[in-house]
Amino acid sequence: MGFGLLFSTALGSLGSNKLRASLTLLGIVIGVSSVIAMMAVGRGAQVSVTARISELGTELITVRPGAQALRFAFFGGGGNSDVLSFSDAYALEDDVFAPDVRLAAPENSFSGTAQAGRENTFVNGVGVTAEYLEARNLEIASGRNISNADVLNISLVAVLGSETSERLFGQRDPVGATMKIQGREFTVVGVLKSQQGTIFNPDNSLLVPITTAHYRLNNGKGPIDLMPVSSINVLARGEKVVDDARTEISTVLRLRHKLGAGDEDDFSITTQQDTIETLEGTQGTFVILLGSIAGISLLVGGIGVMNIMLVSVTERTREIGIRRAVGAKRRDIMLQFVTEAVLMTFGGGVLGVAAGWAIAYFGDGATVAGDVIETVIETEIAIMALGVSVAVGLFFGIYPAIRAASLDPIEALRHE
Amino acid sequence: MTHDAPVIELIGVTREFQVGSQVVKALDGIDLTINYGEMVAITGPSGSGKSTLMNTLGCLDTPTAGTFFLNGNDVSGLSDDQLAEIRSRQLGFVFQSYNLLPRETALANVELPLKYAGGFNRRARWEAARRALDRVGLDHRYDHKPVQLSGGEQQRVGIARALVINPDLILADEPTGNLDTKSSREVISMLRSLNDDDGKTIVIVTHDPEIAEATKRVVTFRDGRIVGDRPSERVLSTGPAEPAGPRSGETE
Ligand SMILES: Nc1ncnc2c1ncn2[C@@H]1O[C@H](COP(=O)(O)OP(=O)(O)OP(=O)(O)O)[C@@H](O)[C@H]1O
Ligand SMILES: [Mg+2]
Repeated sequence: MGFGLLFSTALGSLGSNKLRASLTLLGIVIGVSSVIAMMAVGRGAQVSVTARISELGTELITVRPGAQALRFAFFGGGGNSDVLSFSDAYALEDDVFAPDVRLAAPENSFSGTAQAGRENTFVNGVGVTAEYLEARNLEIASGRNISNADVLNISLVAVLGSETSERLFGQRDPVGATMKIQGREFTVVGVLKSQQGTIFNPDNSLLVPITTAHYRLNNGKGPIDLMPVSSINVLARGEKVVDDARTEISTVLRLRHKLGAGDEDDFSITTQQDTIETLEGTQGTFVILLGSIAGISLLVGGIGVMNIMLVSVTERTREIGIRRAVGAKRRDIMLQFVTEAVLMTFGGGVLGVAAGWAIAYFGDGATVAGDVIETVIETEIAIMALGVSVAVGLFFGIYPAIRAASLDPIEALRHE
Repeated sequence: MTHDAPVIELIGVTREFQVGSQVVKALDGIDLTINYGEMVAITGPSGSGKSTLMNTLGCLDTPTAGTFFLNGNDVSGLSDDQLAEIRSRQLGFVFQSYNLLPRETALANVELPLKYAGGFNRRARWEAARRALDRVGLDHRYDHKPVQLSGGEQQRVGIARALVINPDLILADEPTGNLDTKSSREVISMLRSLNDDDGKTIVIVTHDPEIAEATKRVVTFRDGRIVGDRPSERVLSTGPAEPAGPRSGETE
């Protein structure tokens, strides 16, 4: 029997029980559309995380004390702060030892109550130098940045994140106003531009000179050179020399910390690329998880197909007998049933891709529980889902088809 | 068309069934020759092996011993696929319970064997199916489904389906078993006409003596053996001079 005949015979059989065929198909539609939608959401999350990290600038390298693995505490320190010092940071700007480093911006952290008039709020603040803004790709909305004179003078001045400003001063421009941090009086000299949308949001923060944070707010002691810093933000001279800069940073710090050849680094260096890779790794796991859940529903759909095909073989035993009696070979019967199964799963696959695509398309930009969902539809996933649905039909259709083909014609004809 | 060999030649054909520890001999060493243009009735009590014989002749079943020549070719040792090929090209089978596909029209049912025979395009299949339906007097019933047809009409669709591949041999296992007297007569005169006018060789299993005598030769079975083989009363009363009649010397 030729392919065209096979196709029309199978289509005719499916058409004779439309409700059953549709319900079976629905199982596949749900499976495939959830695969498509889940993958689109997963990939969307991956892509948007990458995009947001890239906003920080791909030239940024973060150096932290201790040999810990990557941490995401951008506005909170931690670890053993004794290891990286203020002078370590400036040593990284050495043109001879670290020619690929453009600037180094050390930072410290503190936390406490900030108060202005009757308003007060808890802040996680950052002690910074003048280079911090450039390193972090931040901008001043009004007033001025923390200056290096402020750092030298241990001035009691502060630059507010936009949200901190709004919480303490409402809609007023706070520049020039006074406020209290941990009970000490500070003058507000500037406000940061809002960075809403980036994942490391500085809007809730508050910047003071790094020395002020150490000596005034954290009650630190000691000479300024040995002042511990919680991390150093380093900018490389270009995206291409990030790896060179990393090597130079490592060399300088190992020299300064007098580490021998066999000693491990007592600091960790993280490039934006590392961060992206790590996040993408976790997101990848997430995508696989979503994909597997969706895949299981496809599997359930496939079992549905097999179930219906087995029922169909039993119900149509007599039909099989008739076809065999008038000349159908075993192969003809088998191909007919396999074709029916594959037609169902392929049809379900096509509809499922369309449905999944629609869900992803209209779901793009929707807000779920406060998070904006982004979706990325990939043609490869759609083609793969179609391929898998055909494979499901083959896999789950073959056993019922073999059962049908192996029936004895005489017995099949006697079947009621 | 000249035929050197008989349509059917059985030599010592035996069919045994294993039922539990028991062996049932449904056919027990059958020797039977049927020539072109014969019309043979197979009779005998229930369980005597008539259907088993027909299934063997129809290449739906193979003997456990003995040899079966169909159109001069030994088909007793053929594979399942080869037997399917013979069914789709060389013989037509008519069943007691019609065995039509219930969801298909008369035309589609008649067309079915041609789909498996291969080599016919849609147009050729339809033309052959219409011709077969016209031949059995159902030219006004092409698009009727089996439930929309009377029993007699359904059986005529069954005959058209057996005819569509234009076989020399038509086998009918109790074709009137489910029909009333009037429809039975119609079906039998249809089969007679196919024998008289078209020269088809026809083998009919029947319990009805009237039908048996309407054929040309009556073969009687008992316990898997042939216990009688004689010309029918129709032949005896009109003489053996009919053009498509059995050759002489075919009695036991
Ligand atoms: N598949 C089978 N398995 C076991 N025994 C069988 C099988 N088919 C037929 N038989 C046995 O073979 C014998 C002949 O059966 P068959 O159907 O040929 O009889 P029949 O002459 O057609 O009877 P009826 O007039 O009732 O149709 C019976 O005893 C039957 O039980
Ligand atoms: Mg019988």
